[in-house]
Amino acid sequence: MKTLLIGEYREGKLLESTCELLGFANQLGAETAMLLVGSENQLPVYSGTLYLADVAACGEYNPGLHKKLILEAVQKESPDYIVFLHSSYGWDLAPRVAASLRIAQVSEIVAIVDGGFEVGCCNGKMRRTVKPATAQAVLTIQAGAFPVLQPGGSPEIRKLSATDGGALEFIGYEAAEKKDVDLAKAEVIVSAGRGVGKKDNIPVIAALAKALGGEMGASRPVVDAEWVSHSHQVGTTGQTVSPKLYVACGISGAIQHLAGMKKSDFIIAINKDKDAPIGEIADVLVVADVMQFVPALTARVAR
Amino acid sequence: MKLLVCIKQVPDLESRFKPDAAGVWYNETDLAFRMNEYDEYAVEQAVQLREKLGEGTELTVLSIGPDRVVEALKKALAMGCDNAAHIQDPAASGKDPWQIASIIAAYAKDKGFDVIFTGMQSQDRGSAQVGVTIAEQLGLACTTTIVSFDYDNGTITAKRELEGGIKGVVKLKTPALVTCQLGLNVPRYPTLPNIMKAKKKEITAIPVVELLREEALATTASFHPPAKKGGGIVLEGDVSDLVDKVIAILKDKTAVLR
Ligand SMILES: Cc1cc2nc3c(=O)[nH]c(=O)nc-3n(C[C@H](O)[C@H](O)[C@H](O)COP(=O)(O)OP(=O)(O)OC[C@H]3O[C@@H](n4cnc5c(N)ncnc54)[C@H](O)[C@@H]3O)c2cc1C
Ligand SMILES: Nc1ncnc2c1ncn2[C@@H]1O[C@H](COP(=O)(O)O)[C@@H](O)[C@H]1O
Repeated sequence: MKTLLIGEYREGKLLESTCELLGFANQLGAETAMLLVGSENQLPVYSGTLYLADVAACGEYNPGLHKKLILEAVQKESPDYIVFLHSSYGWDLAPRVAASLRIAQVSEIVAIVDGGFEVGCCNGKMRRTVKPATAQAVLTIQAGAFPVLQPGGSPEIRKLSATDGGALEFIGYEAAEKKDVDLAKAEVIVSAGRGVGKKDNIPVIAALAKALGGEMGASRPVVDAEWVSHSHQVGTTGQTVSPKLYVACGISGAIQHLAGMKKSDFIIAINKDKDAPIGEIADVLVVADVMQFVPALTARVAR
Repeated sequence: MKLLVCIKQVPDLESRFKPDAAGVWYNETDLAFRMNEYDEYAVEQAVQLREKLGEGTELTVLSIGPDRVVEALKKALAMGCDNAAHIQDPAASGKDPWQIASIIAAYAKDKGFDVIFTGMQSQDRGSAQVGVTIAEQLGLACTTTIVSFDYDNGTITAKRELEGGIKGVVKLKTPALVTCQLGLNVPRYPTLPNIMKAKKKEITAIPVVELLREEALATTASFHPPAKKGGGIVLEGDVSDLVDKVIAILKDKTAVLR
């Protein structure tokens, strides 16, 4: 079996998540080649074929052009699987490659199982086993689902180049918003999720954070609704935290939230739904209404 | 100008999911359905563009699914879409993203849409494939995961959300397709007068057989809950007992209470 792994490069750096692709290929027991639109100054530490296109010429985000490069490598390698990370780069590019080749795509793979690939569905509550019906397939793997692997060695480089035909102009990056809280330093984080109900209830969560000597975090919907500022957001598009204690209040446990907090030492979740996926990683799941339980807990802690 | 927004109806994600008889998707009994959250942002953005462009612009909302999806279409009409296309397919949940995208592309082909909006992903299926695949099939420019959208004279300027809170700014020429991310805007609630007005708007029903030309490229072998890792304690019962237990655990297992 053969895989073509599509590495990632952003703001002048080879992304570490590229090593998760190697971890995945290793679990598959597959022979690997990699493709990277990057630079010779930063190469993945592995000893296989590397199709390398120059990022200065091809751009960091130019899906039309990157697709052409990938199709060229696919032609040379004939891989069984073309593998991306399920990331802003991967989910944008993968369907373009799959559609051009008219082959199956399996997204957000969390595990390799008998008879196919396991993917999350229903906001992470359930799983599906999916099987490509085509001989080749495009796969995207969930960030954090497979181990980081750095096999060592240095790749054998084959240069690729292509010229544009792209319908898209990349203007540049915009930096993350300024932080008004630094969650990375907090020993205790109490986070508010959509289950908190409304903006008026936010002080109840803030009070528990204060009583425990910590900071308040939040899930994305709470930030999107402008109940709290973005600097409180925990998750893939917010901050990654690992406090001694993380208390998740009314948070379902979507994969993008878990990615930001699952390394916390001790996790307590308060949720009215016993089956909420947060229960999978919580040390303690308290099945209760946040607005009843949290004030009662705060009162006892403060005493 | 002609605009299209694609919406999916999904179950309330706080529901309990049980496998259906074939064991490949959820059983719909007892589930309440509503518009996919990502698609609400798509509809809002399409309506805002429709309002900005004014007279002479037509915004169509499309959904593939059984009769229940008409409810979601009605909501989109009440939010400000001009007309709706219901692609009738009681078996939509069994189709793979390639087929769903092909059906939408077959519908949109030759209709001359300038901008197509979709959600970034559906909450139940979560493949994040349908939007980009439609664009590929129609040969449209496309960008994904947008959290900001601006249109001026044939050019879209969008911000894509990347990992860790940074954004990528992109310009693309119409005709184009964008996939919408959470937080793109604040979706409006339909007002009563708009709900009444929407009743007069046209919903065209099209049987899926008229548009379906593709076989599935992937199949679902099973639908099941995640393997329980166990380990975690589940506490249930009276609030004051729960507080006692949690205090004891905090004292025992963490250094935060003394
Ligand atoms: C590309 C991308 C990036 C993303 N990045 C992030 C990110 O960085 N951070 C993030 O958090 N999300 C992120 N998301 C969104 C993520 O997928 C989820 O939508 C989000 O985490 C859900 O937030 P939530 O758990 O607060 O809300 P929901 O999923 O709506 O869950 C609410 C929970 O509250 C419970 N509840 C309701 N009422 C009560 C009550 N009275 N008492 C107790 N419990 C109650 C419910 O049972 C439910 O489990 C991202 C999504 C995408 C596609
Ligand atoms: N049955 C459907 N009818 C109309 N649009 C759909 C349907 N399924 C998916 N879509 C659109 O495609 C997007 C991505 O879906 P998915 O690829 O399933 O994650 C959704 O947000 C919708 O905009």
